[in-house]
Amino acid sequence: MKFGILVNEGPYTHQASDTAYRFAKAVLEKGHSIYRVFFYHDGVNNGSRLTVPPQDDRNVQKNWTELAGTHNLDLVVCIAAAQRRGMLDEGEAKRHGKGEGSANLAPGFRISGLGQLIEMGIESDSLIVFGD
Amino acid sequence: MTVSTEPEKPGAKPAERKKKKFLYVNRKAPYGTIYALETLEVVLIGAAFDQDVSLAFLDDGVFQLAKGQDTKGIGMKNFSNTYRALGDFGVTKFYVEKESLQARGLTIDDLQSITYEDEKDGFKEKPSILPVNRAELTKLMSEQDVVLTF
Repeated sequence: MKFGILVNEGPYTHQASDTAYRFAKAVLEKGHSIYRVFFYHDGVNNGSRLTVPPQDDRNVQKNWTELAGTHNLDLVVCIAAAQRRGMLDEGEAKRHGKGEGSANLAPGFRISGLGQLIEMGIESDSLIVFGD
Repeated sequence: MTVSTEPEKPGAKPAERKKKKFLYVNRKAPYGTIYALETLEVVLIGAAFDQDVSLAFLDDGVFQLAKGQDTKGIGMKNFSNTYRALGDFGVTKFYVEKESLQARGLTIDDLQSITYEDEKDGFKEKPSILPVNRAELTKLMSEQDVVLTF
């Protein structure tokens, strides 16, 4: 089965992203595929390369980046939600004059529009929402 | 967590693929958190995809449709008028849960009037707000292909 995953909450405050990550791993292990993981609302903060959790805690962003690398996942961060929360890729940082090196989108993530969420709903056999 | 299943038709071109039933579930008050506003942004973008769209309002989400909203005192954008514009984008089914209204001391009369012009019926003006009870809403949810909960 082809899954779409929507993550609506940021890391650490809510468990949503951790649960989504575990769900993603589980479906891949079972031989299913993931069409896309879409990050919305505070969920965009899962893609910040600047998070520095304590060493004895899990690293939510890194978990996603590594899973995406291993399974070639499409991790999409909503552009409108990202911009108002200060999540920028290189192109957006430049476009908004935020200065060199200010881009904070982690490897494995890309920024795109809400159309990608709707498309995920259309293209996936099953869309699962992880939120509050 | 919401699950929906729809078997894939391999090789079907986008134009040939059947429309999916999308339900947006609004559970949060319009202000206090950003969920309502950002959900509205999804609904507006989603309207361009020509799918079968419904909205559900339950729990504190029923306050999103309350009439006479005034946000001057809290420095937030009042986006309540946008719901009335959704009919022009083909979003004409607003299911409001009666139990949620009742629990909050509200009636349908406390909600703004939202209508659309039915192009299949001589552009007659019809109400978009459809009061349903919890059991009816449950059935509605089970009939959807995609349920987006915010």
